[in-house]
Amino acid sequence: MRVEIPQYSLFLIAGLFPWQWLSNSTSAAPNIFLSNATLLKKVRFPRNILVASTVLNDGVHFLVSIPVILGFLLAYGFTPSWSWLIAIPLLVLAQFMMVYGLALAIASLNLFFRDLERLTVLLITFVFFLTPIIYSEGMIPARYQMLLDLNPVAPLILSWRQLFLSGSITWSLVASSYTYALVALGVGSLIYRKLSWKFAEVV
Amino acid sequence: MIVVRFEHVSKSYPKYHQILTGLKASLLHPSETLRAFKRERFLALDDVSFDIAQGETVGVIGPNGSGKSTTLALIAGVLRPQVGKVEVAGRVAPLLELGAGFHPELTGRENILLNGILLGLTRQEVFARMDEIIAFSELESFLDQPLRTYSSGMMARLGFSVAAHLDPEILLIDEILAVGDLHFQTKCLEKFDEFKKRQVTIILVSHSLGDVRSFCHRVIWLKDGKLAADGEPGFVISRYEEAMAWGTVQSTRGYGRS
Repeated sequence: MRVEIPQYSLFLIAGLFPWQWLSNSTSAAPNIFLSNATLLKKVRFPRNILVASTVLNDGVHFLVSIPVILGFLLAYGFTPSWSWLIAIPLLVLAQFMMVYGLALAIASLNLFFRDLERLTVLLITFVFFLTPIIYSEGMIPARYQMLLDLNPVAPLILSWRQLFLSGSITWSLVASSYTYALVALGVGSLIYRKLSWKFAEVV
Repeated sequence: MIVVRFEHVSKSYPKYHQILTGLKASLLHPSETLRAFKRERFLALDDVSFDIAQGETVGVIGPNGSGKSTTLALIAGVLRPQVGKVEVAGRVAPLLELGAGFHPELTGRENILLNGILLGLTRQEVFARMDEIIAFSELESFLDQPLRTYSSGMMARLGFSVAAHLDPEILLIDEILAVGDLHFQTKCLEKFDEFKKRQVTIILVSHSLGDVRSFCHRVIWLKDGKLAADGEPGFVISRYEEAMAWGTVQSTRGYGRS
């Protein structure tokens, strides 16, 4: 596949860095509770903190990588936009809710179905190729565009890339990012609430 | 005042192998998995009742798999009983296993903070106790080193020092009295005496009958999840020892025959 995109390296990292946050946290998720088995068995504390800390940790890594994107931007002769100051926190919040919800669900379920870990790795790779990260959304043939709307990660990644490359925001994309994020957060919290009291038994 | 009350408590666990088979098995054989999940359970505690009053020092003894750790987990509130009721009044502080709740890359000082918060203190409370904890641990010169450089004895000292300064009302100890060198062990025992004077309830699970005998006012003996005896240490322990010795005779005889 030939990708005909100018300044491809800049284009690539603008989508890849936010994706890394999601992918690192969700692939670490299956082991979050497992690796803290002794704590879960002995101490009563809100266990979702363990998940939140993993997700925030990867989130900080992402924030620290933004200057790299900035450097590439400047190197290609572009300037960043003031809109970043508002839009970055906005998208970070959506992404945190989404990643936290997904990680919470995966981490909780993995205690009961230990082979979920394998599945998670496969799914992440699958979604990576389904999401316009290494290619642009315009390269998807028109009849497959609806798959893009069904992909819960796509609006978020597209928003990030658009923000980094052009400093603009498409509100419909932000709205669907938030919708998917809230769904992930809701489902994740629900699964956690239903299962968390059994963690110490099965870990 | 009663601080821990078990009323006809039963607790069973699903047998492990069904869970371990995971998503694949449950998708391929859903009905069998579900049936196995419901039917095959291991009964860890079976209709156990007792009360522990404030200031008591209770030893819990019994062979492996008799339900001792389950009892502690129920008191700590990390497990819920299937049947019966567990009531606990007061701040529970579990003494953690070696290195649990510590992060290897953080320094000793940061780990004190982490561990203290995890065990239920606020940030300010930990800071207020920080100097005391450090002094007790006698690890001043290592405190700003990452924890991975600590020896296991040093880690145990740090862990115990945090737990000892939580001001617990109920202290749970699972087989970890023997921490650190002789000097630190003596210090631990002094701390326990101080706890006893302050009317802290201590619940100790141990296989070291000597420790239990010298340390506890009361002993609970668990056998296959049932309460075998509950009472004065000398009496319960000698009966336990007799039963164990008899069991050993029986099983060695069995081996001799085959």
